[in-house]
Amino acid sequence: MKRAIILLRRRAISSIPVLLIVVIFTFFLLESASGDAVDAYLGSIGGGDAALIQSLRESYGLDRSMLARLWLYLSSLARFDLGWSVAFNRPVGELIAERLPNTLLLMGSATALSFGLGSALGVLAGARPGSVRDRLLSIGSLVVYAIPSFWLGLVLSITFSVKLRWFPIAGIETIASGKTGFARALDIFDHLVLPVGALAMIYLALFLRVMRSGMAEAWKLDFVLFARAKGLSRSRIVLRHVARNALLPLVTMLGLQSAAMLGGSVVIESVFAIPGFGRLAQEAVNGRDAPLLMGIVVTSAVLVIAVNFLVDLVYAALDPRIGASEGGV
Amino acid sequence: MTIPEISRRALMKGTALLFASTALARQALAQAAPSGGRLVVAADSEPKNLNPAIVASNGVFFIASKVVEPLAEASFDGKDGLAPRLATSWEGSPDGLSVTFKLRDGVTWHDGKPFTSFDVAFSALKIWKPLQNLGRLVFANLEAVDTPDDYTAIFRFSKPTPFQLIRNALPVVTSVVAKHIFDGTDIATNAANNALVGTGPFKFAEHKPGEYYRLTRNENYWEKDQPKLDEIVYRVLPDREAAGAALEADEIQLAAFSAVPLADLDRISKIDGIKVISKGYEALTYQLVVEINHRRKELADLRVRQAIAHAIDKKFVVDTIFLGYAAASTGPVPKNAPEFYTSDVATYEFNPAAANDILDKAGYIKGPDGNRFSLKLRPAPYFNETRQFGDYLRQALAVIGINAEIVNADAAAHQKAVYTNHDFDLAVGPPVFRGDPAISTTILVQSGTPDGVPFSNQGGYANPELDKIIKQAAQTIDTGARTGLYRKFQQLVVADLPLINVAEWGFITVARDTVLNVSNNPRWAVSNWGDTALQS
Repeated sequence: MKRAIILLRRRAISSIPVLLIVVIFTFFLLESASGDAVDAYLGSIGGGDAALIQSLRESYGLDRSMLARLWLYLSSLARFDLGWSVAFNRPVGELIAERLPNTLLLMGSATALSFGLGSALGVLAGARPGSVRDRLLSIGSLVVYAIPSFWLGLVLSITFSVKLRWFPIAGIETIASGKTGFARALDIFDHLVLPVGALAMIYLALFLRVMRSGMAEAWKLDFVLFARAKGLSRSRIVLRHVARNALLPLVTMLGLQSAAMLGGSVVIESVFAIPGFGRLAQEAVNGRDAPLLMGIVVTSAVLVIAVNFLVDLVYAALDPRIGASEGGV
Repeated sequence: MTIPEISRRALMKGTALLFASTALARQALAQAAPSGGRLVVAADSEPKNLNPAIVASNGVFFIASKVVEPLAEASFDGKDGLAPRLATSWEGSPDGLSVTFKLRDGVTWHDGKPFTSFDVAFSALKIWKPLQNLGRLVFANLEAVDTPDDYTAIFRFSKPTPFQLIRNALPVVTSVVAKHIFDGTDIATNAANNALVGTGPFKFAEHKPGEYYRLTRNENYWEKDQPKLDEIVYRVLPDREAAGAALEADEIQLAAFSAVPLADLDRISKIDGIKVISKGYEALTYQLVVEINHRRKELADLRVRQAIAHAIDKKFVVDTIFLGYAAASTGPVPKNAPEFYTSDVATYEFNPAAANDILDKAGYIKGPDGNRFSLKLRPAPYFNETRQFGDYLRQALAVIGINAEIVNADAAAHQKAVYTNHDFDLAVGPPVFRGDPAISTTILVQSGTPDGVPFSNQGGYANPELDKIIKQAAQTIDTGARTGLYRKFQQLVVADLPLINVAEWGFITVARDTVLNVSNNPRWAVSNWGDTALQS
């Protein structure tokens, strides 16, 4: 426990320069894009005269130099103030707090589902590498993986929402339904089935293939031969010896995937009209909203660092060789 | 080292917290309205400032026009194409220095306070004139608003201002907001810019960002028997394909502003219970225009511009890109504005051979690769149709030996490149005709507009004769004479081609059959929907 805290503290300190680099890089990236927040806004309202444009630039602080703006932002960030979104005309912190839970719920469920289902199917495939079942599962997963997510999302919603009417077509919950407690949780679950299903189907292939290839490797190892010679049942060998040893790369994959998923899925969030993080990031870029985009990037970076830390902890728990040296200082 | 074991219970707890974090952020909502009373509409944007008195744009009006009313609304059969709203009559003085509005008696704001001429005077002087994107132009010479009694407002201008212009601009620039809410506050940051308080048939109830807006019935609306609906909900559906599917599943009952893509209309019109309506956008005409950078020496040559005009097959554009939901343009004023429109202008029939001939004679000889010269073409990203027309124009120009290279960009980058940096040779733009050429049409060809003003002449074109007519029309009080000047304006523009008008289009509304009284005025999507009803 103590070592975990030491590790945590060390990670927290080392992540400050990482965050700083990420913020500055994002700022210059957005700065280098043609057009600013006022250009984006004027396009959306159908224009305005020169004096109006000037006063808008002043009120957004865009008349100041680039470095002055960067400094202003960094200093407010140091005070844990994420700033003011010009595209939404609201505090950035509030926007993020509003959208992040939706994405965590969507992406968390999708990751859990794809991990659970993917590794289970991976075990099925890896139990007899090269068998017909293995081939069918591998090809099937690749086919699903190759489907563009917007298409999969639309097909699912046309089939299950428009034709069969089993699930609501879009949104995170029923509009102004007045539902609370369990009824509301059920309502949200109902709304998440299709988007989570679409995302999970796409990511499932990753876990399936990592599990399968890890198992295919393990079959060749000596201890498996020994286990066979001992006369253990096949199912026991598959689950306790082969699959277990193939688990480590799967955890690596889960860590990477969780980090990637924190950014949200712009496409799935748009198709199913879920107000999430990915859509917010897209709107920030379209609106040339530097404070908002940087707030999103900082939040994502912090979450990714946290996920990596958790993955390291899980590693150490799964494999005693890992972490022994790092914690021992 | 010991690593804390992650128990299943801890994990469950974590999941529960994750769940609760979404639940807690939301408040319990009011009970659902009785069935049949709620109209659910697709929305694709959430304006950051929803106050129509400050931001006169269709995106804002689509929601705000149900809550905040103008002095008059466009009408198919009213006198001068107008129907009274907060004003019951309007009269311009012969010298063009004043306009007198008689206001509606017995109107109350949603917070219960009475509506009076003070609200109109305040809106005009403190908001429309200094702050509003279009009002700054229309009310540039507004000096004072006299309020001799609670129901009379007399607008006084420092210079003669055509009554025709004020009248035509009424539906767009005169959304009245309450003096008692904005007076003495910082208008730009007032919370009522989003939580609207108006006099309209619906009250602003709530906005859940990223999800929906909800408007509820105003029990005390001045028009008896209105509104018919209990609620209007605008569902934010950013994906256009999803809007069509939501209509089909009856989760929304109406999608305006072509939220359902044109390509889907044929399929969706065959579905039982869904109607496709192209009426109701007559006063919101968008124009498909080729913007030209006259700094480029080939394009400064009238013969080249004529050749380009001859190379464009307007019928093909209307039939193939707009699938018939548009009309070919003859000039800078659309046919939907019969008060000003004239067909008595030069025409450029589709004839690539003639275009080639003009260019040959003008001395632009084809090189060995078949090209005379190359151009940079920037299609505006706002509509599918502007981008598709960009692709078509590239092909059409190739036929006459002009090599156009398409540069696509998002909205901010396109605005900056075309209207500030002038980094284009040709651009495809969708300007809007707003009821009077002086509002947003003459600016497309007039010289002297500073850099950076969007949807204006940024191509460096200057024609003293045209500038003179525009200036004269802006001061001509006599309606007949002013209309005559705008006829001349159209003829000059089409003859000299500072830009090329290709097509003009309105939008499409798709609605369930249960929605009644749809598209019954020329600005229907952005009007108050007081009589819109749902059949149970």
